Amino acid sequence: MSGARTVGELDFATYFSLLNLYADYAVVVDSADWARWPEFFTEDGRYRLQPRENYEQGLPLCLLALESQAMIRDRVFGVKETMYHDPYYQRHIVGTPRVLAVEGERILAEANYAVIRTKLDGESTVFNAGFYRDEIVTTPGGLRFASRLCVYDSEMIANSLIYPI
Amino acid sequence: MDDATRVFPRDPHWRAPDSSRVPFWAYTREDLYREELERFFYKGHWCYIGLEAEVPNPGDFRRSAVGERSVILVRDMDGAINVVENVCSHRGVRFCRERHGNRKDFLCPYHQWNFDLKGNLQGVPFRRGVKQDGKVNGGMPSDFRVEDHGLTKLKVAVRNGVVFASFDHDVEPLEDFLGPVILRYFDRVFDGRGLKVLGYRRQRIPGNWKLMQENIKDPYHPGLLHTWFSTFGLWRADNRSELKMDARHRHAAMISTRGTGGKVAEVVSGVDSFKEHMQLNDPRLLDIVPEPWWGGPTAVMTTVFPSLIIQQQVNSVSMRHIQPNGHGSFDFVWTHFAFDDDDEAMVQRRLIQANLFGPAGFVSADDGEVIEWSQESFEQKPFHRTLLEMGGRDTEDADHMVTETLIRGMYAYWREVMGETA
Repeated sequence: MSGARTVGELDFATYFSLLNLYADYAVVVDSADWARWPEFFTEDGRYRLQPRENYEQGLPLCLLALESQAMIRDRVFGVKETMYHDPYYQRHIVGTPRVLAVEGERILAEANYAVIRTKLDGESTVFNAGFYRDEIVTTPGGLRFASRLCVYDSEMIANSLIYPI
Repeated sequence: MDDATRVFPRDPHWRAPDSSRVPFWAYTREDLYREELERFFYKGHWCYIGLEAEVPNPGDFRRSAVGERSVILVRDMDGAINVVENVCSHRGVRFCRERHGNRKDFLCPYHQWNFDLKGNLQGVPFRRGVKQDGKVNGGMPSDFRVEDHGLTKLKVAVRNGVVFASFDHDVEPLEDFLGPVILRYFDRVFDGRGLKVLGYRRQRIPGNWKLMQENIKDPYHPGLLHTWFSTFGLWRADNRSELKMDARHRHAAMISTRGTGGKVAEVVSGVDSFKEHMQLNDPRLLDIVPEPWWGGPTAVMTTVFPSLIIQQQVNSVSMRHIQPNGHGSFDFVWTHFAFDDDDEAMVQRRLIQANLFGPAGFVSADDGEVIEWSQESFEQKPFHRTLLEMGGRDTEDADHMVTETLIRGMYAYWREVMGETA
């Protein structure tokens, strides 16, 4: 564990980058700029969106389990090109990330989130609420997710979920 | 004004000679919907409850539903499977609030009535009154018998690990209900092997519950609505396929064998969803490994009327439970599973292919969407009707998928049971 640092020793510049990572991610997934979504992940980075009941019972099934940046790109293609769905806006409200551990170049952090969905001609409703639990690594291009797990309380999905959380 | 010219008919009846045109009001009338609960969900039919593997140990329970009624699947201390209604026999409290857990008995918190795991009433506080100053106050009447006030017990049938139940104790045996044809496809998946629950997915779809049965009795749409099916040949008009029903046309199996996909002019020309040059960046999404138990077909989608869809689409298997809540909405609960004899790689494969299905799935999210859009139209002009004439107007089995025969069959049965006949 050479280079292991405690949470308290995380330097502010790194923490600032972490804040930006969370903020930039929210902007991208809310802006329909889907092609940029995979760029937040390392090449073998994983994205998982899991109902809380499965998470808490130790059941492995996710709503989405994308096992690599390539698979995340396949999801982008699906969202953009192959899935017929009602168009909607979404708006992420993400809490301040809480750093759980720092292991060398690896940061474990979590944050609460709520996603508000607004369909054309409809009201804005809380669509998905939960928390992120993330493994973040330093790369030459900046901080990236080696893993982003979204555990959602909103187990009863309001029909379908298309865009990334 | 004549009923025939009204947008909202006052006393509509379905008088057509065949079931190739379904009136929109069949999806919108609250009175009809309650009659459907009565005749399909609460009488004469077996409804899906869950898997035995969800309650492996004595005392394990899990809440489920029959129609709109909350029920509890529970394994009692003798190891037997019971299904009881989640309504206290005293004042009607829906007492079980957790979704699952392990209990020695059930307790209604309101007045602490207590039931064993078979649903028998065990104790009533102050049943013999309360002694005070040498006198007994209150208590139940002397003719009160705990034996008469258990929870409502459903008739239960367990077949190869799958639990069905019925409020109707005179319902025919499960095997007769399914019939020999459907039973064969049921046993193809559930042959007695142990099951391993992988997890759940839930969605509330704002559409009439029958639309979900129709969706899985409709082999015409998958190769059109779903790009993945058309492009990768998973489900397409040029696949070898069969459509089979039970003798009463209420249940069905859509059986298909994956073709090579690619560009076959007759089936993909002009099809917006077909993407000729589409390739997966991560091929693990479709890392299909044929399994011996398939016995040929790569997909069999089985509809068990009224409450269940059994999905086998390549390596992904799931139970999809229809739980209606009003004429225009139902909860759709997916239980994905694996088999005890799967190796770790197969479990992972099933989990990754699960990305295709469910409320966010590449080939399932759009089903919920189109159901919502159909229901919107039904509500705005209930006098109108859908058109189900692909492949003719009959209700025969078929050896291809360019037909809506299974939906017509289901409505022939629906009309018979609902008394909406010519």
